[in-house]
Amino acid sequence: MSGRGLFGRIDWITIILYALLVFIGWINIYSTSLADQSTSVFDFTTLYGKQLYFIGLSLLGIILVLFVESNFFERFASIFYVVSLVLLLGLFVFGKTIAGATSWYNLGFFNLQPSELAKVATALALAKFLSDIQTDIRTRKHQMYALVIILLPAFLILPQPDPGSALIYFSFFFVLFREGFPLYYLGILLFIVALFVTTLMFGTVWVTIGMVVLTLLVYTFKKASVKIPLLPVLGVIVVSTLFSLSVNFVYENVFEQRHRDRFALWLGLEKDEDKLEEIRKTIGYNTYQSEKAIESGGFFGKGFLEGTRTKGDFVPEQHTDYIFSSVGEEWGFLGTATVVLLFSVFFLRLIYIAERQKSDFSRMYGYGVISILVFHYFINIGMVIGLLPTIGVPLPFFSYGGSGLIFFTMLLFIFLKLDSNRLKDGI
Amino acid sequence: MKKLLLSSVIVLIGFTFIGRLSYLQLFRFSPDQILDDPAIKKIYDYPERGYIYDRNGELMVGNQPAYDVMVIPREVKPLDTLEFCGLLGIEKTVFTDRMQKARTYSPRLPSVLVPQLSKEDYAKLQEKMRHYAGFYIQKRSLRYYATNSAANVLGYISEVNEWELKNNPNYVAGELKGHTGIEKQYEEVLRGRKGVKHIQKDRFNRDIGPYKSGKLDTLPEQGKEIHITLDKKLQEYGERLMHGKHGGIVAIEPKSGEILAMISGPTYNPALLVGRQRSKNYSKLHYDTISKPTWDRSILAQPSPGSPFKTLNALVGLQEGVIDEDTKVRCYHGFYVGNTLRGCHCGGGVRNMNSGIQQSCNAYFAGVFRKIYDKYRTTDEAMDAWEKHMKSFGLGNFLGTDLPTGAPGRIPDKSYYDKWYGDGRWAASTIISNSIGQGEIAATPLQLANMTAAIANRGYFYTPHVIKSIGNSGSIDPKFTEPHYTTIERKHFEPVIKGMANVYKYGTARWIQIPGVEIAGKTGTVENFIRVDGQRMQLTDHSVFVAFAPVENPQIAIAVYIENGYYGARYAGHIASLLIEKYIKGEITRKDLEKRMLEKTLEHEYAKPYSGEPFKINEYVW
Repeated sequence: MSGRGLFGRIDWITIILYALLVFIGWINIYSTSLADQSTSVFDFTTLYGKQLYFIGLSLLGIILVLFVESNFFERFASIFYVVSLVLLLGLFVFGKTIAGATSWYNLGFFNLQPSELAKVATALALAKFLSDIQTDIRTRKHQMYALVIILLPAFLILPQPDPGSALIYFSFFFVLFREGFPLYYLGILLFIVALFVTTLMFGTVWVTIGMVVLTLLVYTFKKASVKIPLLPVLGVIVVSTLFSLSVNFVYENVFEQRHRDRFALWLGLEKDEDKLEEIRKTIGYNTYQSEKAIESGGFFGKGFLEGTRTKGDFVPEQHTDYIFSSVGEEWGFLGTATVVLLFSVFFLRLIYIAERQKSDFSRMYGYGVISILVFHYFINIGMVIGLLPTIGVPLPFFSYGGSGLIFFTMLLFIFLKLDSNRLKDGI
Repeated sequence: MKKLLLSSVIVLIGFTFIGRLSYLQLFRFSPDQILDDPAIKKIYDYPERGYIYDRNGELMVGNQPAYDVMVIPREVKPLDTLEFCGLLGIEKTVFTDRMQKARTYSPRLPSVLVPQLSKEDYAKLQEKMRHYAGFYIQKRSLRYYATNSAANVLGYISEVNEWELKNNPNYVAGELKGHTGIEKQYEEVLRGRKGVKHIQKDRFNRDIGPYKSGKLDTLPEQGKEIHITLDKKLQEYGERLMHGKHGGIVAIEPKSGEILAMISGPTYNPALLVGRQRSKNYSKLHYDTISKPTWDRSILAQPSPGSPFKTLNALVGLQEGVIDEDTKVRCYHGFYVGNTLRGCHCGGGVRNMNSGIQQSCNAYFAGVFRKIYDKYRTTDEAMDAWEKHMKSFGLGNFLGTDLPTGAPGRIPDKSYYDKWYGDGRWAASTIISNSIGQGEIAATPLQLANMTAAIANRGYFYTPHVIKSIGNSGSIDPKFTEPHYTTIERKHFEPVIKGMANVYKYGTARWIQIPGVEIAGKTGTVENFIRVDGQRMQLTDHSVFVAFAPVENPQIAIAVYIENGYYGARYAGHIASLLIEKYIKGEITRKDLEKRMLEKTLEHEYAKPYSGEPFKINEYVW
């Protein structure tokens, strides 16, 4: 086994899936940004030409990663983390503002987005911390440390402002859950989200009535042998009711109108047709247009370069965050389902790889990688097809953008590099 | 559990996405979305509407260019508004209003600022147009009329209405469509097919090139020209004769069923309904409820036919075998219904078929009518037989012409009288007025002309129609070339036609003779009543005349109906004779008669019931 070289040990299935995603992504960027008087695909004044250039840079990054010693990443994880924090802080002074967010360093040939770098660094740092022989995630203290590692970059990113990227850091909770972080935290989180959403949709009174009815049902139909103490259940109901009341307060007084509009659109809270139309034209415009574009594709799609709404530039930011709508319009349900399937297989393959690691660090880093990618994928496509409110995050490997593509690639290939070394001794 | 958490989340997300995508792309998708795709603009290229020619190949309706001044509000630069308004010939306030409207509609898209400029205004404006950014002139095609007649037959075109838009995807808002007459009936043929260009637009509604490189685009297809059966000269002449008179005239070529003229009085110049003054003129015509120029009397008016109907009763009598040519009936200057004497103007004495028709003897035809009824055991059976004969002449129902409007007239049947009098409570004597074409019988001038054509043909007719040929192929609906046979045998026609010929030679129409032309005709004088302010009053009789000529090998069958024209020969007969002469000889020899008919009007008769003063009817005033 150890006789095989790097190319024999690396996971080619993952690489093929990766290459497919990047290729399909580029095809769609080509379609969205193709001007009528186009010259060649290598024309760097066009978006698709630039994306090709970024793909080239990513290849360089892959080579770089693959030829670095595996233990380099584990050894220097903390340093990467600190450097990325410093870079994030530095944005407050030297940052370049694009589209209202101060998230970039201008390197001349390239706009570097340190929040992308920080994702890699945080994944490494979290894996390093958790894999440490002295760390026990079941203790409150180490749970706190882990949370700090995860949330520190998020807090630095939030005021850029880039809430989408900040939100991504919550994906690291999957790593924690995998490593023994109590699952009921997740239960509580989901319960809070459910309370929040149902309160907005139905109001506090109905939420409380619902909980009481549910409790009564459980008590009526449970087996006599199962004993559930009544007092804590009542406590939960009371606390939930109070929380529900506070939701209304927060929604009306802390949230701004644009946030409220997003929720109104997402949950269908606005019943007034005129106002709904108004929201659709303003804050919901992107989602409305992308949904319409996808819908118009039908089963077979309109065909490559035939998407009328894509060509007409009806969906704003289509080459970046809304790239999936181009798939929907031009390739139809066949295309969208294929992409969803590809991503799912890709993620499951990565989980399979992560689980076969002998080194704790490799596995934990792997989970970090998967969690980040899944989160992006979920939020992005969820938003484009109108399931989630508008949150600006790119679709990994698909969306136009240099930093995104390069750091997603490095994120992935560091993991593949670690995987290729799993059978080597002494790591 | 903890190992499976992330995998389950991924699978769950996958299913959710696929579910949502199925909803969007499979359930909500509809294949004709291209119709309302905001990214595709359709530009239509309108073909020229087909020309309409008369039976001799003379142009009746063509096209003329018209010029709309268009504006794209966003591109307008500051301008000297007063000067510009002066050029356009509009008020400044109108200009401001329309600009505001255009801007509200769309700042980026063109709106009509001034529609349908005349050629002269266009010539003036064309020079200066380039000084006004954002304005341009668009050429359109309007109807041009090479005749001032036949307005109701030709019909008019106007903008499609909302209902039509909803129900017919062939039309787009603002398009013109035939709404009456031939324009409506042959809309599909005349319209042609518009070409369409699909233009890809961006979200600012700017053109960014042809959609699919123009693969779906089509070229316009020229509308086909049609030839109609009207004789333009005859039509125009008839309308001149109808000056100042209300009524309808229909002339048919018996051997083909082609309508040679179809005149309704009063009428209007079809050019009135074209161009900038269209809506003003339309309101004026439409709201003239006394003379009703847009109401085509030749196919919509349904007066009682009067005496011409006697010829049919004679034919039915012969066919039923209850009389022959020599059957005699005595006229007591009238005839008795029970103990009441109904009058007759024929002069009295013993009448046979020939003199009965010739002198239009009421008593003779009442006798014939009774004999028909006496043949049958019950009045119901007699009524059925009689009704069948009458309807075989195209009476009492729509004729099925190729005009979009029409009226059925009326041949009463037994259920009609059962409802009126009660079952079994009526007899031949109750409905004796039917024998002389009064009573419950009603027929349009078109039906009368058709009936006359059937007599001229000795027993059959072709459905009257106005289409002669379509485009180059020339074929028309085969239903117009199929003879309809009446229930009367051919041999029975000769005695009746002989009577009609004598009407012209020696009888009630002997005043209208045309030198060198043999006519078979029948006069009619129809009593009529109207209600004004709830009061029933009798007005001057309608003047009716039907005829065909020549007697052998007839070329024209005509029915003339003149409201309040008094006795049959007085107006209807004279007008019919002039039209027949015009058609057969091509010129009028009786100039004094022509002059009288052209100049005389009946306006004084039409004014009577509305004058509010007492008036006399049936005055002999020349």
